[in-house]
Amino acid sequence: MATLRITDADIVIDERPHGEEISLAEWREGVRPEAGRFELFIPNTEDVDALAEIISRFEAVILDFPNFQDGRAYSQARILRERLGYKGEIRARGAVLCDQALFMVRSGFTALEIGAGDAEGFIRAIGAFTAFYQPAADNAVPVRDLRAAKRVAA
Amino acid sequence: MYRYDEFDETIVRERVAEFRGQVARRLTGELSEEEFRPLRLMNGLYLQLHAYMLRVAVPYGTLSSRQMRQLAHIARKYDKGYGHFTTRQNIQYNWPALIDVPDILEDLADVEMHAIQTSGNCIRNITSDPYAGAAAGEIDDPRIWSEAIRQWSSFHPEFSFLPRKFKIAVTASEHDRAAIKAHDIGLRLYRNAAGDRGFEVLVGGGLGRTPYIAETARAFLPEKHLLSYLEAILRVYNRHGRRDNKYKARIKILVAVDADDFRRQVEAEWENSDKDRLNAPLEELLRIRRHFAPPQFEKLDAESAAFNVARRENATFDRWVSHNVAAHRHSGYAIANISLKPIGKPPGDISADQMDAVADLAERYSFDEVRATHEQNLCLPHVKKDDLFAIWRALGDAGLATANIGLVTDIIACPGLDYCDLANARSIPIAERIAERFADPVEAADIGELKIKISGCINACGHHHVGHIGILGVDKKGEEFYQIMLGGSGAEDASLGEITGRSFSSSEVVGAVDKLIGFYKTNRQDGERFLDAYRRLGPDPFKEALYGDASNN
Repeated sequence: MATLRITDADIVIDERPHGEEISLAEWREGVRPEAGRFELFIPNTEDVDALAEIISRFEAVILDFPNFQDGRAYSQARILRERLGYKGEIRARGAVLCDQALFMVRSGFTALEIGAGDAEGFIRAIGAFTAFYQPAADNAVPVRDLRAAKRVAA
Repeated sequence: MYRYDEFDETIVRERVAEFRGQVARRLTGELSEEEFRPLRLMNGLYLQLHAYMLRVAVPYGTLSSRQMRQLAHIARKYDKGYGHFTTRQNIQYNWPALIDVPDILEDLADVEMHAIQTSGNCIRNITSDPYAGAAAGEIDDPRIWSEAIRQWSSFHPEFSFLPRKFKIAVTASEHDRAAIKAHDIGLRLYRNAAGDRGFEVLVGGGLGRTPYIAETARAFLPEKHLLSYLEAILRVYNRHGRRDNKYKARIKILVAVDADDFRRQVEAEWENSDKDRLNAPLEELLRIRRHFAPPQFEKLDAESAAFNVARRENATFDRWVSHNVAAHRHSGYAIANISLKPIGKPPGDISADQMDAVADLAERYSFDEVRATHEQNLCLPHVKKDDLFAIWRALGDAGLATANIGLVTDIIACPGLDYCDLANARSIPIAERIAERFADPVEAADIGELKIKISGCINACGHHHVGHIGILGVDKKGEEFYQIMLGGSGAEDASLGEITGRSFSSSEVVGAVDKLIGFYKTNRQDGERFLDAYRRLGPDPFKEALYGDASNN
């Protein structure tokens, strides 16, 4: 298992250990981390709209893909980024396949838990597209805005 | 019509390159079929009973002659010389080799086409009114809005792994020629009492095992808010649609549980969203709109003397005009439908030579445009009445002048057990035999509008629930049987058909249809369609006609 970190500048394999992880259920039971870097695991059935106050205490949020066809965490990631303004790491866990990686990045994920040795395929897949139609949670400028900029320049 | 700019082109070419890499990994064995399956499905490539099947998107059913010729080229070079138009205005090829598929996608990209999102649990090809820009009484050209949705939904990062497939249809007319109430989302553009344009947003329609007619999610949505509202609906569905059972995963099930609660959730999500950012900017909509500017119609008299003379002198032409030609909004023009339902042939099939013939006619007579209809036919949307006789003769030379649009022989049928590995029964031979029974054009004209729709299994790809007569193939101890439904409609008067009773063997089914039609002809009132007669008389007398005594059911 390795962690792929995606920033606007580059995509790198990060060998550093993760922080101390607790689940949302544990948090609700009153578990409180002591010190260090804390990460919160949120099941994909959770309504993240209600979690603004909780997530602000965590440096990373882990969202789950129980299988690659279960796309609920894409919505969770976008809500965390675009509505709640969460600035920490959002990391994908579970059925994280290279052919879905770009959708994850566009939805606001900045880290992916992937198989050791898989990085090359992920980096290729994330770079496979250079133009995007719709605004999402990444910094890509949607095509409609590129068109408008071209019209202004012309 | 819409033309790609450098950005559209880039996206489609990048997709081809990506899929070429994925196919190479499959061919070397780096990917197993299991791993490859979701990737090929994202590109419209199915593995069917005998071979791969490639479904090519025809966005909102609009094709140029150049695109039609390329479809012919693909049919010749990579397939067995024909293609098959579907009920979602797409075209399918039934025999491509896997190794050729990247080249097919490259050939499609050369004419601004693709197979993106024609399968998989994502937002599928956007369908629309085949008479867009041509029929009278239209509020706006629905293709402008369809194209905005096409772009928004292509590679949508959040909505590519939905609980199930998702189909959107758009119309801007009172007459529903896009079956919007049988879609996950149906959009009807209209003007409200204040004179503002907006959409009635319908949601949760669909056929399949549990058919529903769509509910109104919002009676009036100002048009500028279209994309943000769609995003809200899709988000609620992505988060709350069922994922435990694929047969309960469509949005219709979520809506049916509690439609009011669903509406509240969508409204709350929408109110919470950054609408201005999600909506298409006005200047982008204007850019798209310019692509759909009306063609340069000539100023013509409403009546064409040559056309009227030809109708009087040639009864066969006159019959074709009666059934296949529809009124155009512009004086002296007409809409010419091309039936892909010749008697005794698979509905929707078209040969490469016929595609070329249609392309030639579109180029010469119809401002370079062809449309695919959801009833598996084609139409030339903008032809002069003066040219109709020449068009009809050319269609006749190509074997495309069947005069049966909307009639008993204009049957929708799914591929059925001849191609599909889900089917319980064959659909195509039933369609062919019904068509042969009613091949006499005089008899068919006398029967009038009658929509027969045939599905080979309960997934309902042949739309049997919304057929005036619906036929469903079922498996009875390894034998093909057919259930009959009556009273369905996929148009603006949408309704679901009701099952008549015990099913019929494949040798009985044509006789059963014959009995129903015989009963209708005896009992109809003036100008009453089969569907109207059924609605007036109710199911019992029709059942009695089918089964004799109703107690035998």
